[in-house]
Amino acid sequence: MALHQFSYDQRIFWRNPASVFFTVIFPVIFLFLFAGLFGNQEIEELGVKIATYYVPGIITLAVVSATLVSLAMNLVVAREAGRLKRFRGTPLPAWAFIAGRVGNSIVVAALMVVLVTALGAIFFDVAVPTNTLPGLVVTLLVGAFSFCSLGFALSAAIPSEDAAPAITNATVLPLYFLSGVFIPETEIPAGVLQFADLFPIRHFFEAFFAAFDPATSGPGIEWGHLAVIAVWGVAGLLVALRWFRWTPRGD
Amino acid sequence: MSEVVISARDLRKAYGPIEAVRGIDLEVRRGEIFAFLGPNGAGKTTTVEILEGYRRRSGGEVRVLGRDPATADRAWRERVGIVLQECRMEPKLSVRETLRMYAGYYRRPRQVEATIELIGLAAQADQRAGRLSGGQQRRLDVGVALIGDAEMLFLDEPTTGFDPSARRRFWEVVSGLRDLGKTVFLTTHYMDEAQALADRVAVIAAGAIVGEGAPDEIGGRGEAASEISFGLPEPFRRGDLPAEVGAATAAGNGRLTLRTVDPTAVLNQLTGWALRRGIELDRLEVHRPSLEDVYLDLTGDQ
Repeated sequence: MALHQFSYDQRIFWRNPASVFFTVIFPVIFLFLFAGLFGNQEIEELGVKIATYYVPGIITLAVVSATLVSLAMNLVVAREAGRLKRFRGTPLPAWAFIAGRVGNSIVVAALMVVLVTALGAIFFDVAVPTNTLPGLVVTLLVGAFSFCSLGFALSAAIPSEDAAPAITNATVLPLYFLSGVFIPETEIPAGVLQFADLFPIRHFFEAFFAAFDPATSGPGIEWGHLAVIAVWGVAGLLVALRWFRWTPRGD
Repeated sequence: MSEVVISARDLRKAYGPIEAVRGIDLEVRRGEIFAFLGPNGAGKTTTVEILEGYRRRSGGEVRVLGRDPATADRAWRERVGIVLQECRMEPKLSVRETLRMYAGYYRRPRQVEATIELIGLAAQADQRAGRLSGGQQRRLDVGVALIGDAEMLFLDEPTTGFDPSARRRFWEVVSGLRDLGKTVFLTTHYMDEAQALADRVAVIAAGAIVGEGAPDEIGGRGEAASEISFGLPEPFRRGDLPAEVGAATAAGNGRLTLRTVDPTAVLNQLTGWALRRGIELDRLEVHRPSLEDVYLDLTGDQ
C-alpha cells in the first residue's frame, strides 16, 4: 500500500512545475552559476577547486529541497485543501501515507545526488566519490530521513497555503548562506560558522563535503556531523508526532 | 423494517463553554436516504463528523454500523464512504488516476470505469482534476467516496455552490445510490434537495432536533391547510364568491386566498362557480406548505 501511494506521489511530484523547478532545475542552475561564475580556481585554505566545493554544496541544497522544503509545502497545501483529512477517512493507514511521501522525497533526493555529481564530473571535472561512496550514501540517508521529519514538523508551524513558501524559505535560505552552501566557508566569519553549527544544514554540507574532498581518507563517514543531523531529525519527529495536523486550520 | 445502522442517543458536543450539539437522538435504517437539515452553525457538520469518527463527542452514545466511530479501525473505514464539506482533489491527477489511487486503499473496491460512469464523468476521465468545473470536482469527490463500495455514505452539503443543472445531475447520482442499496446520510440547507432525495429528514436548530419525519409529513405538513389563490376579473368582488368555498382573504395585490384542508372540494365549488358565470380566474394556484415553509417555521428564522 505504501508502494501504491509512492507511485502516485511520484506522478504528482513530477507534474507539479513548482516542485520540479525548485528541487531539480534550481539547484542545477545554481551549480552552473556558482561553479561557472567564480571560475575554477583553488580555494587555498581548503585545498580544493571551487567546483569541488560547490558540488556537495548544491547537493545539500537539492536534498533539503527534495525533503524538508517540498514536504513542508506540499503537506500544507494538501492539508488546507482537505485532502489529508480525506485520507484519514479511508482505510489508508497513516504509516503508508507517510512512507509514500518520505519515499518520494528520498528517491528524488537520491536522483539529485546522482545528477549533480554527474554534472560536476562532466562539466567541472569534479571527481566522483569512490572510496568515500559509503560516506556519501550514509550522509544522504541520515540527512534525507532527518530533513523529512523536519518537513513534517515544519508543516505543523505553517498556518496556511499562502504562508508556506515564505515560512519555508525564511527557514532554509539564511541557513544556506550562513552554512557555506552559497558562499565558500572561507569567506564567512568564524563566529557565523559557529552559529550555523547549531543547525543541521551546515553539518549536512560538511558531511557531503568530506565525501568529495580528495584529502578524505577512508570511507568518509562523518559520524560527528551525522549525529547532529540525526538529533535534529529526532527532534523533528517528536515535534511532528505532537503537533502534525491532518485537518485544515480552523477545522 | 431494516436494521438500524446509525444511532445516536443524547449526543452532545461542547467546544469550551459553547454547546454546539445539545443532546440529539437520531436513528437511520439500512438503505435509507436521510437528510439532516439546518441553518449554518446549527451543529450539522459537528454531528456528521462525530458519526464519521473525525470528532470526539462530549457525551451520549453513538453507534455507526455497530461500532463507536471514535474507535474506528480499518475494517470500519472500508464500510463507510465520506464526502467532506470541503475538499479539493489533487489537481495534478486525472479523474481516472484519482479513483485508482483511492481504489488501492480498499480490499474490494468498485470498478473504476463503472464508477466514472456512475458519476457522469466518462467524457472527463482523462482530464486533470484541477481543470474540472466545481460541480464536476464535487462529483469526483463522490466517486472517491463510492470507490470503496462502502455500504454507507456521508455527504456533507454536497451541492453547495452548484448551478441548478449541476445540482440535478448530482441528484441523479444520489438516486443511483439508493438503487445500489446504500445508506446515505446527507446534510444540506437546500430544501428542494431534501424533498427530491430523502426518505426521511431531521431538522436541527441551535444544536437540538426540532422536527423529524418524511419530507411530506414533517412539521404536520401532511395535514396542513392548502392555499388556493386567484384573481377575479371586474366587476366581481370577494363578496360575490359562493359561501361553500369559505371566507377568502385579500392579499392586497388584487388577489384572493382561500385556506382549506379539503382543496379538491373547494376547487370544484370555485371553478364550477366561475364556469357558470363564464369568467376566468386569474392565475389560479394551489399551494401546499413547502418543506421550506415548514423548515423556516421549525428553525424560527421567520
